[in-house]
Amino acid sequence: MRRIEPAAVAGVMSREVANFRTFWKATTFSSTLEPIVYLLAFGLGLGATIVDDIDGLRYVEFVGTGMVATAVIFSSAMPAMFGTFVKERFQRTYDAILAAPVDPEELVTAEMLWIAIRASVFGIITALGFAAFGIAVAASVAKIDHFNYVTTLVITPLFLVAGTFFPIDRLPEGFQWAAQLNPLHHLVELVRGTAFGFEAVDLVRVAVLLAFSVALWRVAVRRMERRLID
Amino acid sequence: MDDAPTLYAGPVTELAATRAAGAAADRADGRPAAIELRGVVKRFGPITAVDGLDLDVPEGICLGLLGPNGAGKSTTMRMLTGQAIPDDGLIRVLGRTLPKESKEARAEMGVVPQLDNLDIDVTVEENLAVFARLYRVKDVKAAVERCLAIARLEDRRRDAVDKLSGGMRRRLLLARGLVHRPRLLLLDEPTVGLDPQVRTEMWSLIDGLREEGATILMSTHYIEEAERLADEVALMANGRVIARGKPAELVREHAGERTAEVYGPPPRLEEVRARAEGAGLRVRPAGPAVAIVGSERAPDGAVPEGAIVRAANLEDVFVLLTGEEAD
Repeated sequence: MRRIEPAAVAGVMSREVANFRTFWKATTFSSTLEPIVYLLAFGLGLGATIVDDIDGLRYVEFVGTGMVATAVIFSSAMPAMFGTFVKERFQRTYDAILAAPVDPEELVTAEMLWIAIRASVFGIITALGFAAFGIAVAASVAKIDHFNYVTTLVITPLFLVAGTFFPIDRLPEGFQWAAQLNPLHHLVELVRGTAFGFEAVDLVRVAVLLAFSVALWRVAVRRMERRLID
Repeated sequence: MDDAPTLYAGPVTELAATRAAGAAADRADGRPAAIELRGVVKRFGPITAVDGLDLDVPEGICLGLLGPNGAGKSTTMRMLTGQAIPDDGLIRVLGRTLPKESKEARAEMGVVPQLDNLDIDVTVEENLAVFARLYRVKDVKAAVERCLAIARLEDRRRDAVDKLSGGMRRRLLLARGLVHRPRLLLLDEPTVGLDPQVRTEMWSLIDGLREEGATILMSTHYIEEAERLADEVALMANGRVIARGKPAELVREHAGERTAEVYGPPPRLEEVRARAEGAGLRVRPAGPAVAIVGSERAPDGAVPEGAIVRAANLEDVFVLLTGEEAD
């Protein structure tokens, strides 16, 4: 791994900040309102009519904390996928940045950091991992339409089987194991821990999220180098 | 004009002084090379885009890299910025060996891309400031002011880029490439797709840089652009340089002094071609005409009456050597 220069990372992030100032209202509107809509529909709707308390929590508390955590996937993976693809393929932004003294590794790191900072209220470690996931996906697909496969086959299942809307231990045993591989599930549990009390196992969850983010960072760097350097 | 912005104010100002003193009549002689390529090969699967390319760009000259589409110009440019890694050969830029020292080389070169990749929702001055930071410029504000003056956009500094005209955007793109006072400037098809008025504006900006002693490598497939701006031209085809020299020398060497153009229906043009080639002259297509190159050497009858005789030019060389019609 080459040395990552903070000035290069800061330079790339300053470009993101300059652009974000032009569209922050629309982005903030959707990323704030969407969890609220889910919370109203599931927390109040289902909680008031169908679902009992779960593990001593009212259903609206269960879903509310889960929603805070799962919002991270929509505010990191999705912008990373679409933003990276558009900047690389349509706007040619990365051609301009890589003509300056900035390496793909610094570019990827800066993009991940910026996206994670934007999503930081929802868990910066997991956001870094999902930002890297989005960048890696964008660097791997040939057409923007291919994001539909990723959304349907990866993001939606991760979102639904994270323990947000129902507890994982009510799933069949195989699914329970699969859910343990879902970084979003660990984040959901950590956010619940923040609100209602941590357990020792939460340290393992933090370690899992750190490992997830570092691994995806390296994958994203490698994929972007392949995409950007002929 | 005392307060006119310096378009290019890197260390090459010394070279400008040298030029003014007339110390180097021949630019290529005795100057260190800003760019050296030796036997460079770049393949994309079964396609060899650059095929054993040898090219030197001495400091302080503007070299026009001229060639038809697919000649390997853009791939060469991408290799110089480290965005393509050669399969074979040696590349040195400003004394740095690529790709290992590409980052150091990029810090000292400016790049003006073929396609506009400005951030269109962001203001003019923020576009410049971002690149000043990417190039680690210490005084970002001063760099932005200098570039606004170069692009003549001081009064549009707070406008978003998508509010600018096409010409303004191209000027901004050029100024962005100069934000860190580079020692070397790479211009990749700097006026492609521009209307004639904007193209002329860009030419005068580039000419200003050249006059100040900048080292420029400019890829183009516009003959007129190369003729007007380049001190020397390297003609590329099939991934290598097939001819190199000052434009006038290239014309003299490959096309002689005069060219006779003959217009008429296709059968008549075929007849003219056959007669001229039979007399040992070279003939090239020229749109609706045929052009008999080196017509001053034509024996009686080889050039028909009514032919339009003009001075030979770089377009004649381009078409003769590449076999392709010029833009």
